Amino acid sequence: MEFLSTSDIVFRALAQFTPVWLSLFVLLALSLLFKRKLGLYGYVVETGTGFAGVLLLAFWLFTAIFAARIAPFDPLGQISAMKDALPGAIEKISGQPYLFGGDKLARDVFSRMVFGSRIVLIIAPLATLLALSVGIMLGLPAGYFGKRIDSVLSFLANLILAFPIILLFYLLVSPGILETPIPYALAGVFFLFPIILLYTLFWSGYRAHPLQMAIRLLLTSLVGGWLFATFVFDHDPFHILRVSPSTLNIFAAVALASGPGIFRIVRGLTLEIKTREYVQAAQTRGESAWYIMLWEILPNARGPLIVDACLRIGYTTILIGALGYFGLGMPPESPDWGTAIKESSRLLRAFVHPALPPALAMMSFVLGLNLLADALREQSLKD
Amino acid sequence: MLNFLTRRLGVMALTMICLTFVVFYLVNLEPNLRKLAISQTEMHASDEHIESWLTKNGYRRPFLERYAAWIGVWQKQPNIDPESGKPVSRFSYCDEPAVPVFAGVIEGDFGCSTKFKTKVADKMLPALRATGLLMFWVMATMVPVALFLGILSGMREGSKLDRVLSVLSIVTTSTPEYVSGVVLTIIFGTWLGWLNGSAASATGDGITFYNFTLPVITPAIYGMGYIARMTRASMAEVMTAQYIRTARLKGLSFYAVIIKHALRNALIAPFTVIMLLFPWLLTGVVIVEVMFRYQGFGLALVEAAGNNDIDLMLACSLVSVVLVLATQLISDVGYAYLNPRIRVQ
Repeated sequence: MEFLSTSDIVFRALAQFTPVWLSLFVLLALSLLFKRKLGLYGYVVETGTGFAGVLLLAFWLFTAIFAARIAPFDPLGQISAMKDALPGAIEKISGQPYLFGGDKLARDVFSRMVFGSRIVLIIAPLATLLALSVGIMLGLPAGYFGKRIDSVLSFLANLILAFPIILLFYLLVSPGILETPIPYALAGVFFLFPIILLYTLFWSGYRAHPLQMAIRLLLTSLVGGWLFATFVFDHDPFHILRVSPSTLNIFAAVALASGPGIFRIVRGLTLEIKTREYVQAAQTRGESAWYIMLWEILPNARGPLIVDACLRIGYTTILIGALGYFGLGMPPESPDWGTAIKESSRLLRAFVHPALPPALAMMSFVLGLNLLADALREQSLKD
Repeated sequence: MLNFLTRRLGVMALTMICLTFVVFYLVNLEPNLRKLAISQTEMHASDEHIESWLTKNGYRRPFLERYAAWIGVWQKQPNIDPESGKPVSRFSYCDEPAVPVFAGVIEGDFGCSTKFKTKVADKMLPALRATGLLMFWVMATMVPVALFLGILSGMREGSKLDRVLSVLSIVTTSTPEYVSGVVLTIIFGTWLGWLNGSAASATGDGITFYNFTLPVITPAIYGMGYIARMTRASMAEVMTAQYIRTARLKGLSFYAVIIKHALRNALIAPFTVIMLLFPWLLTGVVIVEVMFRYQGFGLALVEAAGNNDIDLMLACSLVSVVLVLATQLISDVGYAYLNPRIRVQ
């Protein structure tokens, strides 16, 4: 078997990412040119940590977008001659090298790492968004109304927070539970929250403009209904997306794990903001409770919520990686980073090359999110 | 204080009942029971076989009765073999009482582990001791280092040292155990050969620096950044307080101010954070024990879940829930005790 030299490996790997470098260049040039017009984003890019965070995140975002172009091989394809091949080994038929070597099932580690970014970058933000809508929809009334509703919801949140996450995952994402209706019911309830949130948002905000409200409600129903059918019942009427039951299960488990934390933050913010003058003014005007919560309190709570969401996507990524590491939820051949780390970490004594790329990928992506969150927090403290 | 404690204990008991009920329901789902019956009877068992095995061994009693019997507030009925009419144990490797008795977790009877073929209590005690040892060393390395780094960066907010340490903390909080474990094993185990990438020998031969360092520093790194950042924030806040300025103005040196005045007040907030880290450490310990094959609580939990070991799974859940609730309580009480402003109220 022929091998590339180390410098060749580095050079070829960098060359594979050409579309990413070009997009990064365009993005950063535009960001720096128009930073005065970009509001918060512009200020964040100016700081060292913010710039580094955006750079790392954009790198993985573009990698996920151009994955099919960057990866020279099929992430699931096995070429038996390349089993445990060392980095730089050249595959005879295509003449292409396995840049970062082959794993124990003779798949290209480089291509798997590139395609793994897709899974992480789709599931982590979406699951966080889902948890965010649950947290907002329950945290606002708990903080605003207080009393009984607050005690009940807070008790429930503390109940889930008292559950060690690893145990929650083993109970909820085990294969046996897919035979029962529990994950579907759980996901069904969770996926209702974003739809209800949008409904209430438009219903309370567009009282004076019935036509505008009707258009928005209709759009919510159509898009929401489509996504609901796709995700919960895996029954996309247009056959565009497919969501397997185990993926749905991951969504439900992650939302259940992070929902209570977001709930507590939203509740705390609401408690603080509801004493402000503009809220009292709205109350005096006779605005409805939901209008005040969604159009007066929520926009003023956005700063801490954005920072938290940023950190939480990172945390969700770590959770999904842990799911993969324990072999829960993800199919065993999945190229996601957690599964890849699990597969390769058993053979560290013999081969280290399949383990390093997914581990460093996972770390750099989460690092990007944390750096960005830190820059955002600094910026919001300045205001 | 007493009132506060009673109320907290009441909520704790309620939480515990709710959580164990949910866990009991989830591990006793129909597919799990069928799997258990299939593994305990012959392969290719017919549906009738499975059903009769489940009935004989009490799995078909009313759900609430079984839950109450598991807790130990309801008498556990012996399982009668329909053929001989004599009481038998569910599993050949565990004795079970032949008369109705209270034998639940309150009485200290956790049932029988099908995976390890022994009583759950016999498996859990050594496992918990091993994990306790691991957790102790993790805390003993993580907390002092994190506090030191946090105080160092918080005492001069905005300095170069502060910024370097802040970025360092962000990097460590971005490195989950399964990433740092792999990277550290590669560096210190495979390449340098200084440390052992497996802690399997720690169970039999006792822990050594060689086999125990990696399992300890892997979770410590992930948590270190978090505590350091909390300490830094707390320290930075204290440093702007009036009494610090007063102390400086009366002529005390900078380091005397830090040690005599700032530290005590700056360490209140990290105390709560450290206590609340225990439940989170539990997840880390599970990952580390699996990665380094260390025979502790985490590995028992994973083995139980992977092998449909119902009684062991229940016991593991109970232990982790108790740990979480106990640390929450200690954190609240400790905070009230340490912070005079709250104590007075």
